[in-house]
Amino acid sequence: MRKVIISALTAVGLTAAATGALASGGPAIEKQSWSWQGVFGTYDRGALQRGWQIYSTICASCHSMDLLYYRNLMEIGFTEEQVKTIAAGYEVTDGPNDNGEMFTRPARLSDPLKAPFANEQAARAANNGAYPPDLSLIAKARPGGPDYAYALLTGYKETPPAGFALMEGMYYNEAFPGHQIAMPAQLYEGSVTYADGTPATIEQMGKDIVSFLNFAAQPELEARKALGVKVMLFLLVLTGMMYALKRKIWADVH
Amino acid sequence: MSGEFNNKTIKWVDDRLPIFTMLKHSAVDYPTPKNLSYWWNFGSLAGFVLVIMILSGIFLAMNYTANTSMAFESVERIMRDVNYGWLLRYLHANGGSMFFIVVYIHMFRGMYYGSYKGPRELLWWLGLLIMVAMMATAFMGYVLPWGQMSFWGATVITNLFSAIPLVGDYIVTWLWGGFSVDNPTLNRFFALHYLLPFVLFALVFLHLVALHAVKSNNPLGIDPKGPQDTIPFHPYFTIKDLYGMGVFMMVYLAFVFWAPDFFGEPDNYIPANPMVTPAHIVPEWYFLPFYAILRAVPDKLGGVIMMFGSIIVLFFLPWLDTSKVKSGRFRPLYKQFFWLFVIDCLVLGYIGAKPAEGAYVLIGQIATAYYFFHFLVLLPLIGKIEKTKPLPHSISAPVLKGGGIPAGATAKPMEKA
Repeated sequence: MRKVIISALTAVGLTAAATGALASGGPAIEKQSWSWQGVFGTYDRGALQRGWQIYSTICASCHSMDLLYYRNLMEIGFTEEQVKTIAAGYEVTDGPNDNGEMFTRPARLSDPLKAPFANEQAARAANNGAYPPDLSLIAKARPGGPDYAYALLTGYKETPPAGFALMEGMYYNEAFPGHQIAMPAQLYEGSVTYADGTPATIEQMGKDIVSFLNFAAQPELEARKALGVKVMLFLLVLTGMMYALKRKIWADVH
Repeated sequence: MSGEFNNKTIKWVDDRLPIFTMLKHSAVDYPTPKNLSYWWNFGSLAGFVLVIMILSGIFLAMNYTANTSMAFESVERIMRDVNYGWLLRYLHANGGSMFFIVVYIHMFRGMYYGSYKGPRELLWWLGLLIMVAMMATAFMGYVLPWGQMSFWGATVITNLFSAIPLVGDYIVTWLWGGFSVDNPTLNRFFALHYLLPFVLFALVFLHLVALHAVKSNNPLGIDPKGPQDTIPFHPYFTIKDLYGMGVFMMVYLAFVFWAPDFFGEPDNYIPANPMVTPAHIVPEWYFLPFYAILRAVPDKLGGVIMMFGSIIVLFFLPWLDTSKVKSGRFRPLYKQFFWLFVIDCLVLGYIGAKPAEGAYVLIGQIATAYYFFHFLVLLPLIGKIEKTKPLPHSISAPVLKGGGIPAGATAKPMEKA
């Protein structure tokens, strides 16, 4: 019986290992420690807000985040008033109005984050033909997830290794599969001045933006883990009682 | 008939529609071998997962949009804006994987204990039909989120039918409802994904009807000799199954709450794009052994035939296995080959996840050959040459470790059987 359990576990493990190994085409990605990992993991609100600062001042000039609404920013610790102010800083198109014309107005809580380009063609035209992907789910949409995103953002090298043929307009990145990436390095010492006074080192900024990206991809994470703990405790007690009852009912059989 | 019920209302209804008598016969009194091990929990577990899948699925369908331009985002709106939508979706997605784990264990248990042998051939067949219906349902369900793997998985699998000589291309066009996997394909897959679980439910009902006609097999593989060998389903197996469900729920929900994307592919969080092919197109893990068999043959039609053959051969299992003894417990030779077969399936699953290159191709071909060798050569042969261990006189006998005690003497007053 034990043999069977072990084989079953190996089956799951093997397939998992196989799919994992298969998915990663690039170099090994170093594991980072994130506040949201583990059974009780939660997001660090400070990191999320700093991450939003990096997204809105750096990433947002090329990358959209279509699945997020301004209202979602209240979940990372901003007050409603703060988010209203943030949203009002963006002009969005609305309409048609009573005269049948489209018009622009300041964004509201109920608007999706404003995208930098009207469509994919416009994005490519502005970026040498490369399409900056939407970042809403990027932390789940790449093998390695947040660790990969961090390795990518901090993995630029000024000069590629000797003998590496780097194409015109491309940049060398250690984490990117194939090592040639169309996006130049974005994080430099002091790229942003953090509102909360945290020193803006490359590592700090990398951690912060990846935290925000992971929140964007898994906004339900805190609710999920918190509910999981309660459900699991309930199940432990329930299953324990079932087991005791089973023993009692079966006591006269063997 | 309904003299058994004291409650007047129940009696009134039962006299006109004997549902209570039916329930009592099949869920309360149903005589069950008293020696069933925990491996026998997986049947009821599978039924339990089916109910979870149907319930979570109905609520997902209320919020899902089957249109190529909206499907991906509608799933994300479920994840973000529907109350507990993330829970529904993760229950459903991980439930699919759990369903296959439970059913595969259920089938391996049937193979080890010879549960497919007469008079349970039709019971086994119905189980196989359930598995086939599950596979179709799971495949179409995976297409619905309209991510990259959804789209390319659907493209690869539907293209298999183009291997059929002469009419293959027409069949594929007919399946797609167009000239590529597109909106008509997504729409019909959604309709079928909603329909098939109810077909599945009907098959499960027939599976149970057949089970209750031939009664459960048991770890000894011998028939109960009399009431002293069986116990009523309720309360003995109701509580045992409930306990099993508790344990199962803890495993299942650990994935749902802490590793919800464990069984998934990162690529499926990228919206489907017909212009960009993912580096590796892999099916969901539960299809990997069959995928490995498909790829083991260099010829497309040959691969498709082998893949379908690997399922069809299971239908012949009751006659391929020539042994008179059911349980692997008394079949020293078969027991070893059973485990070799399990390992072979795991190897196939591993190979299915690997790119078809280098040593993987050869290993995949050997494992595929062994899969068929096991059914077509080993099983008929082992049954003929194997020296089986002596069977116990009755189910009660080995339970008491007495061996030779007459069966009647072991009945206990508490059993009420």
